[in-house]
Amino acid sequence: MIERMKQWISRINIGQLIVLCFMLAMMVMIMVLPLFSLFARAFQSNAEEFVGLENYQAYFRTPALFRSIWNTIDISLVTAFFSTVFGFLYAYALTRTRIRFKTFFRYVALIPIFIPTVVHALGLIYLFGRQGVITRMGFEIELYGRIGLILSQVIYTFPQAFLMFFVTLEYADGRLYEAVEAMGVKPLTRFIKITLPEVKFTLINVIFVCFTLAFTDFGAPMVIGGSFNVLATDLHTQIAGLFNFSMGAVIGTLLLTPAIMAFIVNRITNVANMGAMSAKSTKLIIKKSRGRDVFFFILCSVIAFCFFALIGALALGAFTTLYPFNMTLTLDNFRFNPAQGGIGSFFNSITMSLITAAVGTVFVFAYSYMMEKTNGLTALTKIGKLFSILPMALPGMVIGISFILFFNTPTNPLNFLFGTIGILVMANVLSFFSVPFLTATGALKKLDKEFESVSDSMSIPRWKLFYRVSVPLSFPAILEIFMYYFVSSMVTISALVFLYNPTFRVASISIAHMQAAGDIAQAAAMSLLILVVNVAVRLLYELAMIFIKYKTKRRES
Amino acid sequence: MSFLKVENITKKFGNQFALNNVNVEVEKGEMVCILGPSGCGKTTLLRIIAGLETSDSGKIVIDGRDSTYFPAAKRNFGIVFQSYALFPNMTVIGNILFGMKQKSKASKEDLEIRALEVLRMVDLFEHRNKYPRQLSGGQQQRTALARAIAISPSFLLLDEPLSALDAKVRNKLRSEIRSIQKELGITTIMVTHDQEEALTMADRAIVMNNSVVEQSGSPRDIYNNPSTPFVAGFIGSMNFIKITKGEQAIRPEKICLVRHSEQHDYTALIRAIEFKGALTRINGLMRDKSEVYIDLSSQEFDSMNLREGATMFLRLPEKCLTSYSDSLIIEEPV
Repeated sequence: MIERMKQWISRINIGQLIVLCFMLAMMVMIMVLPLFSLFARAFQSNAEEFVGLENYQAYFRTPALFRSIWNTIDISLVTAFFSTVFGFLYAYALTRTRIRFKTFFRYVALIPIFIPTVVHALGLIYLFGRQGVITRMGFEIELYGRIGLILSQVIYTFPQAFLMFFVTLEYADGRLYEAVEAMGVKPLTRFIKITLPEVKFTLINVIFVCFTLAFTDFGAPMVIGGSFNVLATDLHTQIAGLFNFSMGAVIGTLLLTPAIMAFIVNRITNVANMGAMSAKSTKLIIKKSRGRDVFFFILCSVIAFCFFALIGALALGAFTTLYPFNMTLTLDNFRFNPAQGGIGSFFNSITMSLITAAVGTVFVFAYSYMMEKTNGLTALTKIGKLFSILPMALPGMVIGISFILFFNTPTNPLNFLFGTIGILVMANVLSFFSVPFLTATGALKKLDKEFESVSDSMSIPRWKLFYRVSVPLSFPAILEIFMYYFVSSMVTISALVFLYNPTFRVASISIAHMQAAGDIAQAAAMSLLILVVNVAVRLLYELAMIFIKYKTKRRES
Repeated sequence: MSFLKVENITKKFGNQFALNNVNVEVEKGEMVCILGPSGCGKTTLLRIIAGLETSDSGKIVIDGRDSTYFPAAKRNFGIVFQSYALFPNMTVIGNILFGMKQKSKASKEDLEIRALEVLRMVDLFEHRNKYPRQLSGGQQQRTALARAIAISPSFLLLDEPLSALDAKVRNKLRSEIRSIQKELGITTIMVTHDQEEALTMADRAIVMNNSVVEQSGSPRDIYNNPSTPFVAGFIGSMNFIKITKGEQAIRPEKICLVRHSEQHDYTALIRAIEFKGALTRINGLMRDKSEVYIDLSSQEFDSMNLREGATMFLRLPEKCLTSYSDSLIIEEPV
């Protein structure tokens, strides 16, 4: 026994152990403890006494609250349906047809990612609102409420659905299609027997992801929800309006439910999907078919046009004096009213997003490195890996309320963080943790697993190998993570709405406030600023990637 | 006293033995090949010697010091992997200097002189400023070798260093590695699954199977006197033939073909004739339906006029027959 202990201790790299423990402690601090506070509070009264299921009983006995569950499920189901259908068709068009301008269509589909969900709703107001462009053409819809929410959430979730289908459909096994071609199978049968099974798991995932995103979004309901209450708006009312934290915690746990289901489904389908693609797969050669291409080209054009219309409507509002009454071109709307945060909120957003991207990238990359390359200490790395995928299941609003419940108590030594930019950064780093983690892990797995052994034999310390070899070789992934964190932080609202300090407002929140205050043109102007910055960051990323590819190519020929 | 001693090393992965009470000794300056089929535990043994893996019990003594609990960095060895594990963002000389700078306090100029010296040794001097991906597989592996010996290690570990290369490069590199090893007089342990590699390169071979050492000795000795049926079958080919005095083992090239049968000869049906260049292998079927292989020089074959489907007469020289007791045969892997 003593022998074994001696051996264990002698082999533990103390530096490694400290770094690993530090990272796990960070995750415990920003995720485990806040979540624990949330669940604990759901079973406590506002005086923080244990009351069992009383809060839940109270919730389900209040029809006004209870009703929101059905509202939320309703819009989420409809959203999931439309996003899945459109996302699939759009991705199919870009991968399995011979339409032109595929690259253009691909980037257009990403537009909604670059703007906050409040802006999707704002754009809809410009199109379908009382004085909306389309309304004035005589086409009227009941925008505020169910229909507006569905439209807005479809815009929000479409890019996610499209991207997931795109990745799956892009990797087709050409051999299968050649085989059925040789057997003379009809196109419809081919679609049902081959294409659908190929996307089966993705399809399930897409439905769950779209459902969850629509279920937990706060931005759109805040702007065009009207009297159609959903869980997210209820949660906000309970916390920010009524200070009823116990009821807020109850709603928080309800919001978490579909996310956890989606998470479990994702785990199962990921495992089932493993190894579906073999190294021998050949590239699919797409046959000519005029009818098909015309159909899909029109479809893609219509969808792309919708996105442009949305942005166009915002621009129309932003650059005119008082749409639709005074159409004189002006830049006045970019002189923001300080009462709703002013131009300062825009720079606050950039500051916060840059810090989040910097902190997040360093943390995520170092975290995945430790998970991937630590030798021994399996118990700790297993916990760490579990921690790394959990944030995927945490809606921003749940993170927001958990942070309030955990950090905003006088007894918490970290209480000083509350109301600072620090807590916003922490919420963002956690909110968007899982995707970058997978990116980093994927990049690290591609590195020769013997680098560590070789450098150990040469007495090179791990940190030196890390910054001289692992980091330079994973640079494309690091850039991608940085960009992802930046863009996501620029557009997020749900966690921040509980955590921001009125003296430090960020742009996405300012937009909602401007809209609520009637400064809708300024809201549109601010939206365009966010869009421009995010597109610019994306462009810089693409340029950097081209440069890196060029440099590595020179090293290889 | 031997340079490296592996004493009673045992390692389990879950319930599975990777190494079961393994003992190995390596003399200073010796080139030892650990040989065995995949999954026999040979790579695990190498990694435990290197300190990249921990053993469950047992002792590793390096140069008279109990090193069982030493981390890899303290064991002073160089290592070469099948995948080369070269740092792709560093040039050939950059790869070599990376480790040297860490290990030695000598001036930058001295280190560079030493690095260039090593590069000349592995014949890569003119490629010193290239990146790994600009080199052929053989050149990359020589870079890895240079990187390993540049830190003047007290011993060298080679983990299937030639398995990723094609046959011609492999043969050339075999003799190059061996001559560098002799020139430096460096104690070297190489792991391989390729018996030909082990036989041609090693001073001593250690044959492993099922997590235990089956036999250890000079390649010639192991080939001529395999101590277990497994070793007999793994190193070269071996016939196991049932004759009047029980099952006997005999190498295919030791069986003589005779034109006229005498009293102690056996008859067999020729099933297939395989031309292998200098040798020709004949696959025959004995009376009791057991298979037999005979190797003879192609020259001799041509003089004999043998056809598939014909009958041949075998003579088994008494001194070439070996028998393994039944208890040993039971231990043969299934």
